Amino acid sequence: MKLLTANFVQCSVKACSATPKCFPLHFDQQTADVPLELAHEDVDFSPEFVYNMLPRIDWPALTTTARELGNNMLPETKPEIENPNAPEHEQLLRDLHTLLLETQIIQGSMRCENCGHIYFIRDSIPNFLLPGHLVQ
Amino acid sequence: MPEYLILLAQTHESFRKAELESVAAYEGVEVDLSHHDEQSPFLYVTLEDDDQARRLVRRSILSRAIYEVWGKADSEAALHEDVRARSSSEFDKYKTASFKFDFISFRGSRVKAEQRDIFESFDYLGFDGPIKMRNPEEIFAIIEDYKPSFHSNVDKPRLRHIFFGRFLAYSQRDVVDKFDLKKRRYIGTTSFDAELALISCNIALTGPGKIVYDPFAGTGSFLVAISHFGAMALGSDIDGRQIRGKKNRNITTNYHQYSLQNYFLDTFISDFTHNPIRASFKLDAIVCDPPYGVREGLKVLGSRDSERYAAGKPTVLENGDLSHLRPDYIPPKKPYHFDALLDDLLEFAARNLVDEGRLCCWMPTANEDYGQREIPAHSDLELISNCVQEFNRWSRRLLTYVRKVRVAGIQDSDRPRGKRVYLEEQFRDKYFRGFSEKPK
Repeated sequence: MKLLTANFVQCSVKACSATPKCFPLHFDQQTADVPLELAHEDVDFSPEFVYNMLPRIDWPALTTTARELGNNMLPETKPEIENPNAPEHEQLLRDLHTLLLETQIIQGSMRCENCGHIYFIRDSIPNFLLPGHLVQ
Repeated sequence: MPEYLILLAQTHESFRKAELESVAAYEGVEVDLSHHDEQSPFLYVTLEDDDQARRLVRRSILSRAIYEVWGKADSEAALHEDVRARSSSEFDKYKTASFKFDFISFRGSRVKAEQRDIFESFDYLGFDGPIKMRNPEEIFAIIEDYKPSFHSNVDKPRLRHIFFGRFLAYSQRDVVDKFDLKKRRYIGTTSFDAELALISCNIALTGPGKIVYDPFAGTGSFLVAISHFGAMALGSDIDGRQIRGKKNRNITTNYHQYSLQNYFLDTFISDFTHNPIRASFKLDAIVCDPPYGVREGLKVLGSRDSERYAAGKPTVLENGDLSHLRPDYIPPKKPYHFDALLDDLLEFAARNLVDEGRLCCWMPTANEDYGQREIPAHSDLELISNCVQEFNRWSRRLLTYVRKVRVAGIQDSDRPRGKRVYLEEQFRDKYFRGFSEKPK
């Protein structure tokens, strides 16, 4: 699962979706069975795509996720970019590209802060199915 | 404005106009297609210039090619007259270029010698350039269409239409073969026809810089089609086995087969009625074939036994473990109504599509229901096309909706949504009784 995806998935329990705590899901507690594993996978850089995603990114959630995964380099506020092809923005867009599209969570788990339910990621695929008692 | 001929594929005729309109919208080409005829492979259009013409077919799956019109008529003699009258000023431009002639016939044919005679009858064009069968600078085409004859062994087919013109560009029709399911490494029982998947993506205006989502991804038939057009593909499915595939045959290996890894975003396992995508995250398009439960009854998360989980407590196993934390845990599922799923899909699309983003979804209809089967509607979505693919006793439709532009200050939820009456007997039930007798 890429970090871009982590920035738009929340707890799928209906009762949680009304609370602000359902997003983002947290990577701060991992289990011994499915230890956190990250990998870098090359993806061709498209300034246009990163630029289009920027307004859709929830920045505070992204900084939280990045911090929980060991990256403290993100600025506190979302950078503003007017023209994706301006040379002065290229490095920033490349860094975001690497973070959002090239950082893979191969396995691990995500925790909902509201209900405490844990979603596992295996072979890069997160599983959002719910046990019977959390379905309404 | 100059006139052009779009040569169309004689397949999925009822999708051709919708596809071309979408390609025109995507490419910003202004064109009138209102005279499109489903019976004919010819579509004459007027366009600003050659560049607009090339752009009109370069993404298209149901066009074959586009030509600059030099002449058109209903007989050979009249064709020459028209070419002289219409295009004499063009002849000199191609005097020295290397060239070849193409000959294309519909519902009829000519032997080689006849074809050569026809080529030679164009000697007044005065082309002095070399004839090159490979990579010529210019290709000129003669395209004929014959009246269908009912006694083909007696009647000689009669010429209905003959065209002469300069070739400009091919479409993407060759991609259909590349994505053919027969050659795809990972497929399943629900894999979707490659050609119609590509057409669906075209109608959804899929392209670079966009995220396009299939919530019923299965083995990823739509995902590779989405990626082919340069968008980032996102897919989910309730069936984890299909999403994961086998070790050496799965969605990722399909991406490698087509060298499209750069356009793969993610897949996740999820029930559509408990979708984890946050409401504020907007998608550029949604393309899908919702499960109508022919292969397997339509299921969503939940239990048939409403009492069992009513207390909201997890199930504890005899050894004290919580059952849902075991690696082999299978969440309970319950049957669901296909029409309810479609309504959920429209609700989701209205919530999560960008303004003017498109939802393209397939819906099956038993022919006996034709007319009474309601097309799902939502007050925030505008239905812009409804294409039908006919089978013997049933058909399926590709419905395309556009997310209306959101108006500041008006909450979406303030707008009422039409409630539909669901058909009592579901499509799946009809399918299995062969659409024959009415059930008791």
